[in-house]
Amino acid sequence: MAETNHARRFVTIWLVCSLVALPLVIFVLGPILPPGKASAEASGQVTDNTVLLAMATPVLLLVVIYLFYAIIAFRQPKGGVLEGPAVRGDARLQTAWIVITSVLVLSLAAYGTIRLEQGYGAGSGNGPTPLVVPKGPKLQVQVIAQQWAFTYRYPSYGGVETTHLELPVGQTVELHVTSIDVIHSFWAYQLGIKADANPGVDNIIFVKPTTEETFEIHCAELCGVWHGYMYDHGHVVSQGAFETWIHQQQAYFAPATKVLPPYAKTYTPEPTRRAE
Amino acid sequence: MSNTGRKLFGVIAAVAAVGVLIGLYVATWATSQPAIVVASAAPPSSGGSQLTLETVAAIGPKYSPSHPDWVSYLVRRNGKWVRSTVYQVPANSVVHVTIYQYDGDSGLRNPFLSQVQGTVGGTETVDGKTTRAIPPEEASHTFIIPQLGVFVPLPGVAEEAKNQCEFAPCEGTAHRTITFSFRTGKKGKYRWQCFVPCAAGFIDGFGGPMQTFGYMDGFINVV
Amino acid sequence: MSTTAAAAPTPQPVGRPLWRRLVGFNLLTAVLLGIGGYYLGWFIGHQIDGKSFEFREKIDENDVALLLAYIFGVFGFLIGLGFANYPVSRLLGRPPSLREKEEQGIGRYFGLCTDHKVVGIQYLVGIGLFFFIGGLNAMLIRTELLKSSPTFVGPNQYLSLVGMHGTMMMGMMTSGILGPFANYFVPIMIGARRMAFPRIEALTFWLLMAAGFILTSTLFFGGFPTGWTGYAPLNDQAVMGMDSYIVFFALVGISMCLLGLNMMATIITMRAPGLTWSRLPIFVWSVFATSILMVLAAPMLIATLSMAALDRTINTSFFVAGGGGSSYLFENLFWFFGHPEVYILALPGFGIVLELLPVFTRKPLWGYRLAVSGMLGVSLLSFFVWQHHLFVSGINADLRPFYMLSTEIISIPTGFIFMCVMGTLWKARTSFSVPMLFCLGWTFNFLIGGLSGVFLSDTPSDTTTHGSFFVMAHFHYTIMGGLIFTFFAAIYYWIPKMVGLKFNERLAKIHFWGMFISFNSTFLPLFVLGMEGMPRRVSFYEPKLHTLNVWVSISAFVLGLSMLVFLVNVVYSLIFAKRKAEANPWRSKSLEWQVPTPVPINNFEQIPIFDSDPYDYGVPPLTVGGSAAAPAGV
Repeated sequence: MAETNHARRFVTIWLVCSLVALPLVIFVLGPILPPGKASAEASGQVTDNTVLLAMATPVLLLVVIYLFYAIIAFRQPKGGVLEGPAVRGDARLQTAWIVITSVLVLSLAAYGTIRLEQGYGAGSGNGPTPLVVPKGPKLQVQVIAQQWAFTYRYPSYGGVETTHLELPVGQTVELHVTSIDVIHSFWAYQLGIKADANPGVDNIIFVKPTTEETFEIHCAELCGVWHGYMYDHGHVVSQGAFETWIHQQQAYFAPATKVLPPYAKTYTPEPTRRAE
Repeated sequence: MSNTGRKLFGVIAAVAAVGVLIGLYVATWATSQPAIVVASAAPPSSGGSQLTLETVAAIGPKYSPSHPDWVSYLVRRNGKWVRSTVYQVPANSVVHVTIYQYDGDSGLRNPFLSQVQGTVGGTETVDGKTTRAIPPEEASHTFIIPQLGVFVPLPGVAEEAKNQCEFAPCEGTAHRTITFSFRTGKKGKYRWQCFVPCAAGFIDGFGGPMQTFGYMDGFINVV
Repeated sequence: MSTTAAAAPTPQPVGRPLWRRLVGFNLLTAVLLGIGGYYLGWFIGHQIDGKSFEFREKIDENDVALLLAYIFGVFGFLIGLGFANYPVSRLLGRPPSLREKEEQGIGRYFGLCTDHKVVGIQYLVGIGLFFFIGGLNAMLIRTELLKSSPTFVGPNQYLSLVGMHGTMMMGMMTSGILGPFANYFVPIMIGARRMAFPRIEALTFWLLMAAGFILTSTLFFGGFPTGWTGYAPLNDQAVMGMDSYIVFFALVGISMCLLGLNMMATIITMRAPGLTWSRLPIFVWSVFATSILMVLAAPMLIATLSMAALDRTINTSFFVAGGGGSSYLFENLFWFFGHPEVYILALPGFGIVLELLPVFTRKPLWGYRLAVSGMLGVSLLSFFVWQHHLFVSGINADLRPFYMLSTEIISIPTGFIFMCVMGTLWKARTSFSVPMLFCLGWTFNFLIGGLSGVFLSDTPSDTTTHGSFFVMAHFHYTIMGGLIFTFFAAIYYWIPKMVGLKFNERLAKIHFWGMFISFNSTFLPLFVLGMEGMPRRVSFYEPKLHTLNVWVSISAFVLGLSMLVFLVNVVYSLIFAKRKAEANPWRSKSLEWQVPTPVPINNFEQIPIFDSDPYDYGVPPLTVGGSAAAPAGV
C-alpha cells in the first residue's frame, strides 16, 4: 500500500543515515572536538560534547531527511489543485513523540547534572560555595579582573601579584576569580574553564592541567572599550619550572607586594562610587 | 531595454544610491579616529626615537569642544601639542618617552601597578630621580602597554602645589617630568591605556575619558 | 474636538491654503513639539544639575538633562500626534469619539489612526526601516572583522555598532510579527470590526518610532559600550549615549506591554459568535501566547532600566557592589525579562509557519491541540529558565541543576511544533510558493538553532561556549533564521491582501535563495568560531581564526545584498509595476482571505458566525463501518 511504503522508506533512509553518521560523530569527530585535552575539565567537556552531538545527530537527521523527503515525495503536480488527505492528528504517534522526547531530554538533564557535579563544576565558576570540592591539596590562585587586564595573586607565595599566569602540571588548582570594577569573565580556552568575575564576589573554579602547554586567556564578558584586547597567554609548566618562576616573580615584584592590600577573597578599592 | 527592464534598473540604481549615501555617513562616523602621530627622531647620542607626551587635568574647549573638562594625553608634534593617542614607532628599536605630568594624583585601584615593568632597566626617572616604583596613592596616570609588558606609573602634582594648570596646553605650570625607554619588537598595533581611576565623575573613575579612544587610551603602531 | 467633527469626518474642501492643512495634530506638529519638549527637558535637567543653559558649549555628562530631554521630547511628540486629545476631551466632559482619521486618504498613514489595518501597515514600514538600519550596523561589524586586528573602526565605535545592531534588532523585531500582522489580521481572523483598544494600538506604534529615533541619536552622545544586554556596572560607567539605550528600551517595553494587553483583550473578548477557543486560527493562538509574555515580562525591563537610570543620575547603588548593591541583581532582573523576550521573538514564528503550512500543503493543520499546548507550554516555561544565562556567573551552585533541567524541558513543547509541521507535510500536495519556501527555511534554521540550544543548556558544555560566538550562532539561527524568515514569509503571503498588489515572483525567489544560502553560510561557521575560542563583541581575535572570519564576512555581505534584492522588489512591485492581486491568490480558507481586497473600513458588512476552524482542507478519509480513522481536531 502506498501509505506503508512512504513511512517504511523514510524510516529506512533515516536509520541507515543515522547508523552511518553516529559512529563517524562519536569516533572520528568526537576526539577532535573542542576545547581539547589539556586539562581534566577540558577532556570532560569533550566527552560531554560528544555525547550531546551523538544525541543530536539522529534528531537532526530525522527532521532534515524528513524535510527533503516531503519536498521530493509530496508535491502538488504542476498547475494542479489537488488536496491532501484531511488527517488532523494521530493520538498514538503524538503520545510516542511526547514520551520519546521527554525521555531524551530528561536523560540529558540527568547526564549533565552528574557530569557537572562529578567534574567539580566541569570548569565553570561555582560561585563562593561550590557543591562538590575535590579532595587533596589545591594550589590557590586568585584571578583579579580589572579594566582592562587580568592579574594573578598567589596567596601561598606571599600574596605576590603577577601579570602572567603559570600553573604547575598535574596539580589541582583552585582559582578564585573576582573583579574590582565591572563584570569580566576569565576564560582559559585550552584548559576548558570559564568564570565570570563579578565585583565583590569570589567565583571558584577547579582545574587540573594535564599537559604542559600554552593556553589562551580571553575576557568573555563585555567590560568596556578594550574588552576584546583583554587577552593573554598562560603557561602550564613542570612543577620545578613553576617553583623557579614563582620565586623569581616574588623577588622581582617585592616593591609591589609591599604596597598590596592583604590577600582577601574580594576587594573594594577606592573610588567605588563617583570619583571626585 | 524594455520598459520593465528600464523601470527595474532605475529602481535598483535609486535604492543603491540611497543605501550608499547612508552607508557612507555611518561609515564615516564609525571610522573617525585620532590622527596618527609619528615619533620624532631621538638625539643622535641615544638613538632610537623620541615620544614626548603630556597629561593634563582638563583638556579644554580648544582641543575638545564636546568634552572640555576630561583628562587627556597630548603628544608633541613639530613643536606643537596635539590631542592624539595613536603613536607610530619603528620596530626593533628603542623608544625614549618623556611625559610632562600636569595632573594631580588620584591613587591606583590596584596598587600592584605602582611598580615599573618592561622598561629599559626596569626603572623610570621622575624629576631626575630613578626609581622602580612610586607610592600608589601618588599615581596620577599610567602609561601601560600590556601586550609589550610595559607598565609605567606616573606620579602626580601635589595637591597643595601652586600654579597648577587649568586647560591644555600646559606650559610653565606645576608639573613632574618622567622619562623612560622601552624596546619594540615585531610590527603590529599594540593598545595602551591608563590604569588610574582618573575620570572624575564616573563610577570607579573608569568611565568617560578612560573609555574613550583619544583621551586616555590609544594605540602604539609599531611599523 | 466637537462631536460632529469626530462622528462624520468631512472631506476637506479643495483649495485650502497649505498652512491651514499643516496646522493640527499631525506628524509635523509632533516633531515640532518633540523638539520643543527635548529642549525643555534639557533646560530643566540643567537647572536640577546646576549647570548653565549653554548646552551647546558644555555638553558635559549631564545624564539628568538627557533623560529628561528624551522623556519630555517623547511626551511632546505624542501630544503633537494627538494622543492626548481623547483623554483631555473626556476630562472636559465631552462625549467619547471612537475613530480618528480613518477615512482621510494617504495622510492617515502618517499620524494617529485608529484603524487597525492602517496601524499594521505603519508598523510594517516603520519596523522595516529600523531593520535596515540594524542590518547596516551588522555589515559594518562584519567589515571590521575581516581582519584579526583592529583596522578601520575605532574601538568605541565598534562597541557602539555592536550594541546598536543588537539593541535595534531586539527592540524593533520583538514586535516584528505582532506589530504588522497581528494588528492587521487578528481582528479580521476573529470576526471583529476593530481591536479592543484602537488608540492604544496606535500608541504602541508611535512609541516604537520615537524609540527608534532615540536609539539612533546615541551616535551624537558617544554611543554606548555595553551591547544590547546593558550589564551593570558598565552601564553606570558609560557616557551619555547610554541614556539613549535606557530610554529606547523603556519605551519599547511600554510599547510591548500595551501591544500584548491589546491583543489579549481583543482575542478574549471580541471573538465572533461560534468562534470557540478550539476553532481559533493557530496564528491567533501564537499571538495570544506571545501576548502573555509581553504583558508579564516587559514591565520587568522597564523597572530594571529605571533602576539603572537612578544609579546613573542620583547615585543610588542598586547595581554597584562597592555601594552595597550587586551586579548580579541586574543580570537576574534583565534576564528575567530577557528570556521570555526571546520566546516573544520565537512564538509568532511558530504561529506563522503553522498558519501558512495548511494553505500550501492543502491539508488541515496536523495536531492542532498539540501545537496549542506546545505554544502555551513554551510560554509558561519561559519564565523558569532565565538563570541559564548566568551558569558561569558564580551563582549558587545548587541552582544550576534545576535550571539545566528546566531549560532542557522547554525543548519538549518546542518539539511539538516540529511534530505538527512534519505531520502537516505528510502526504501533502505542496506547492512551493515563496511564503512556503520561507516556512521550510524556518524549519531547517530553527532546528539547528534549537539543537544548539540543547548544547548551551548543558552546563559543562556551556562552560566553553558561554559568551562566545557559539551563542551568537545559536540566537541568530533562532531569531534571524526563525523570526526573520517568518517575517518575510508573512510579508510575501499577506501583502496581496494588505495592499492588493503582487510581488515579482522571480525577484522574490532570488531573495529567498540568496538569503537562505548566505544566512547558513554566515552563521554555521560561527558555531565553529565559538568552539574555537572567539569571545563575543570583540574586534580582535586569534590569527588562526582569520580565514573563517573572512568567509563569514563575505557571506554576510551576500546576505545584505539579498536584502537589497527584497528592497528592489518592494519598490519595483509596489510602486512601479503595480500588478493587481486577486482577492484570494493562495486559495486559503482562512477568514481574512474571504473579505474583499482592499479590506472594507469596518472589515465585515455582517459579523460572521463560525462553525469550524479555518483548516477545512483536504479530502476526508473514507470511513467504512466505524474504522479507526483519526479523530478530528486532535
